[in-house]
Amino acid sequence: MREFRAVLLPFPALLTGCDYQTYQSTFSDAAAEVHSFNVLFVIFLVICAAMYVLVIAFLLIAIVRRGRAGEANVVEDRRHHGENPLMRAGLMGWGAVVGAGLIGLAIASFFGDRSMAEAAANEKLSVTITGNQWWWDITYNAADPSKTLRTANELHLPVGVPVHIYLRSNDVIHSFWVPSLAGKQDLIPGRANDITLVPRKIGVFRGQCAEFCGVQHAHMGLIVDVDSYADFLKWWHHQLESAPVPTTPLARAGYDFVTTRQCGSCHAIGGTPANGTVGPDLTHLASRRSIAAGQLPMNEGNLYGWVADPQSIKPGSNMPTVGLEPDQLHAVVAYLETLK
Amino acid sequence: MSSRFRASLALMSVAALALGACDREEHHSRSKPIGETVPVGQSPDTIWPGGSQPSPLDPRAKLYDNNAPALAEGQQLYMQMNCVGCHFHGGGGMGPPLMDDEWRYGGRIDQIAASIAEGRPNGMPAWRNKLTDDQIWKLAAYVRSLSGQPSKDAVSSRSEGMSNTTPSTLTPREPAHSSDTAEQ
Amino acid sequence: MTASATIPQRIREQDKRLAEEKKEIARDGPDLTGAKLEARLDRTWRRPPGIVGWLATVDHKEIGRRYIVTALIFLALGGVLALLMRLQLAKPDNTMIGAERYDQLFSMHGSTMMFLFAVPVMEGIGVYIIPLMIGARSTAFPRLNAFSYFMYLFGGLMLWIAFVLNMAPDVGWFEYTPLSGPQYSPGKHTDIWAQMVTYTEVAALSAAVVLVCTILKARAPGMTLARMPLFAWAMLVQGVMIIFAMPAVALVTTVLLIPDRLVGTQFFNAGEGGDALLFQHMFWFFGHPEVYIIFLPATGFVSVIVETFCRRPVFAHSIVVLALVSTGILAFGLWVHHMFATGLPRVGYSFFTSASMSVAIPTGLQIFCWLATMWDGRPRFAVPMLYVIGFIFTFVIGGLTGVILAAVPIDLQLHDTYFVVAHFHYVLIGGAVFPLLGIFTYWYPKITGRMMHESLGKLSFWMLFLGFQLAFFPMHFSGMLGMPRRVYTYPAGLGLELPNLLSTIGAFVVALAVGLFVINALVSLRRGSVAGPNPWDAPSLEWAVSSPPPVYNFAHVPAVESVTPLWDLDGKLPVVTGLRVDEKEMLLTTVVAATPDLREPVPEPSLWPFIAACAVGIVFAASIFSAWAVPFGLIPCGIALTAWFWPKQMKRNPEPVIS
Repeated sequence: MREFRAVLLPFPALLTGCDYQTYQSTFSDAAAEVHSFNVLFVIFLVICAAMYVLVIAFLLIAIVRRGRAGEANVVEDRRHHGENPLMRAGLMGWGAVVGAGLIGLAIASFFGDRSMAEAAANEKLSVTITGNQWWWDITYNAADPSKTLRTANELHLPVGVPVHIYLRSNDVIHSFWVPSLAGKQDLIPGRANDITLVPRKIGVFRGQCAEFCGVQHAHMGLIVDVDSYADFLKWWHHQLESAPVPTTPLARAGYDFVTTRQCGSCHAIGGTPANGTVGPDLTHLASRRSIAAGQLPMNEGNLYGWVADPQSIKPGSNMPTVGLEPDQLHAVVAYLETLK
Repeated sequence: MSSRFRASLALMSVAALALGACDREEHHSRSKPIGETVPVGQSPDTIWPGGSQPSPLDPRAKLYDNNAPALAEGQQLYMQMNCVGCHFHGGGGMGPPLMDDEWRYGGRIDQIAASIAEGRPNGMPAWRNKLTDDQIWKLAAYVRSLSGQPSKDAVSSRSEGMSNTTPSTLTPREPAHSSDTAEQ
Repeated sequence: MTASATIPQRIREQDKRLAEEKKEIARDGPDLTGAKLEARLDRTWRRPPGIVGWLATVDHKEIGRRYIVTALIFLALGGVLALLMRLQLAKPDNTMIGAERYDQLFSMHGSTMMFLFAVPVMEGIGVYIIPLMIGARSTAFPRLNAFSYFMYLFGGLMLWIAFVLNMAPDVGWFEYTPLSGPQYSPGKHTDIWAQMVTYTEVAALSAAVVLVCTILKARAPGMTLARMPLFAWAMLVQGVMIIFAMPAVALVTTVLLIPDRLVGTQFFNAGEGGDALLFQHMFWFFGHPEVYIIFLPATGFVSVIVETFCRRPVFAHSIVVLALVSTGILAFGLWVHHMFATGLPRVGYSFFTSASMSVAIPTGLQIFCWLATMWDGRPRFAVPMLYVIGFIFTFVIGGLTGVILAAVPIDLQLHDTYFVVAHFHYVLIGGAVFPLLGIFTYWYPKITGRMMHESLGKLSFWMLFLGFQLAFFPMHFSGMLGMPRRVYTYPAGLGLELPNLLSTIGAFVVALAVGLFVINALVSLRRGSVAGPNPWDAPSLEWAVSSPPPVYNFAHVPAVESVTPLWDLDGKLPVVTGLRVDEKEMLLTTVVAATPDLREPVPEPSLWPFIAACAVGIVFAASIFSAWAVPFGLIPCGIALTAWFWPKQMKRNPEPVIS
């Protein structure tokens, strides 16, 4: 594999730096699926490049061979309907080469596909991701309902554990795509799709909806955090807890606003009266890396901006601009920041 | 020369056809910041029972009345906010039907918006602080469309998912019987 | 009693009249030739002047010219949209163009390029050139031809007027349900798109029927299928493909999507037993052949140019023909490779992978044949030939990335990313637009009578070629670095800044090159050197007539004895004579052997195709707003069509005699 990466890496490295290469890029091997993608891609690239070189060499030799014909446009008499026997043989040979190359590639593709499908065989962790315009609703399935965990826009996975992701959609067609981990799979209303992946590296990766799904398609991002198994369990148990009770007066004012006013109509916060199911779950909002489906990094300034006027940040999204008074805004942000 | 003539002729005719379309297609941001309010003070006692003078229609009605994106968002909110729970898909159940010609509290869009915002006796909750004013107006626009009031080229024919009602584009327009027949 | 006496009387009168008519009937032949014949033919074939004559014309050259000019205008408009998109994407997190406007831009760009530029321009060139190339005086069904142009024009006007009125489609050129369904696409944006498609499909179907019939029945005597020029073959295969592919998309938009949106049918509603994927299947059953519908005529252009500028008939004529036919057939078996991510059964995917890859075989053989022609011949590097060389450099990359994308595991990564955008621009611009500009330069003297400026042409070629690579090659990397298609912006820090900036710069170089090309074409219209009938010393029949061709095309119908008639006969073309000159008439031949079959009257100019197009157009446009438009709108359509096809009082002419 290393040598494959050595072939691939210079291309983007020539273009820019290289720290992003494992973040949202197919040039990574952070999961088994992407590894076989890379192997297969290199095989295809090499064969296709060889074909290209052949064609271009043929073209260049053909056009320089006779030199410039000048303006003497004489048709060579009576000869031009005869076909060059060398070329006849060449045509047969070329057809055979192309055919053989394609058969080889088709077989490689078939086995690549098989190996990916086999990796899906034994699931250890089951997650349902539901697409919404324009965010991801994530549910960790468990036999015990009290252990079922609902979160949004940030997927945590334990390294080395095969995870089976069930893909559903609430509205239009979306496509689940985390380039560093796996190929894409569509979320189609009325159809049950799924994808399996085995993360191999600890790290943070970014994915994005890959099927046009409306006006904010560009801002339907997904953060995937691959942890060690122990860290994952720690995260998991923490996420199962209810939201902490606010302690400062400002946060308490925010709590009152969020649970009794517009926010609670759409959003749920575990352990509080806010139980809307229309928008992302906010129980541990402040522990996530981003807000607005991967659009903004999570920090106080961005929270202010987002809560105050989401329509200027993500025009057309379903989060309305509520029109908070300044003191309400301070209170709401203060409360949201306690939702670690 | 002649092709330009023809092109401009076609342009004019289509422009005339679609002139009314601009209001229909305009997509308004889902809310405006501070300052916008649902009509206030229109509690049941200000809806002119028995033929007293109706107040003029709220000017904002124009933004929502026949506006296709507003109607579609209202339709979505109607499902999301569980209006279906009481009113069903307009046929009524625990709450009154919305697709007939009878409006207890007025069938104008601003009156419907007021009903949603303030709530009404016998179970209709007040949504004033649960939804933004913009959302309430959109919801009102959709509710109004259940009885076939808006023009048929602005409503969405159906929603995705289960549907057991007549397509909105084929809903007959009910005369709005209430105290304000003059307006409808 | 009286009847038996009158019948012989009537027959006698009839015979007398026929004998008189026979004396009047003038035919071309040894007695009637040269300037005298041309003057009489001109009188017979010329259309009435003025705007009525302009609307009523059935001359394939006039219609073809309109098609080409209109399509090129749409190309320019689509290009402007592309520039706006590239401006928006020049830097990350750009807010220059809002999300909603950007969605309209890319939807309009795709729809304009696919439906209003690429297919119509190929049809237009076919309509203009094919009758000349196969030695016919007219196309088959000339009135249908006129109808087809007006339908196309109305569809294009509707789309662009909607754009100006802010009602343009905004959910892509593919309009997947349920995003394009009634709930998620309120308003009339999507309906405009769906009906625009129907207009252009009706136009393309009509033009395809015209071309297929012309190619099969109107070839010059002696032009057997084996001697038919490769461009005619390409147009024949393309026409048949259109006839099979286009109904699928017209069906899915007008018969399924519009009712879903207009009267609440449930075809695509999963909640009521419909299926969102049905739309994708039907769309791509058209959508993939569409690519070959655009590409096959372009291979015809390449064959034409290679032949003329290498001084050789294309190597292995029959192999190229077989390649065209097999591409046309295979094209219908691989639509699912657009849907690899939708979760269909994996076994099925393997079939579509193999089918997609196998298309590379006929295409590879065609490329070999062109290169072998160059190898054997003496290439002359005029502008059209440069475009062919640029085509091979560029298109082969697109073809090979196509092979790469045919593999399911690879496609699952690269599907719907900028890698695909790069791939199909390499195929469509490299594979179709480069040959198109080459053939435009090549046939320009035939259509206008003047040559385009050579060095300006070379300059614009090089700018276009290099600008294109700069614009689209980096997109391969944008895609692999994780940039999905159809996003109005992208975040900073993913390594996407540089490739996107390069693409934007390249796009403007391309625009500059196209601008130069347009200036060249416009200036040469007046200032270009006069071409003469055969400036390139080309072998096919369209170069046997003057430039621009006379309204009746050929004074005498030529007879053909080889693939390259003008080269083999030292300028003296054998002809057949005996067609009437006092009425419009063309010669039909048999389908395979092209032996003279019958003489066919050619319809006179008529306003009814235009009126019928208006009537049909009004139905389509009005049915966006109300279902009642269909029953009521069919009445004027019926009237127009009845009047169009009203049986004419035919004079009983003597039997055809071909001398």
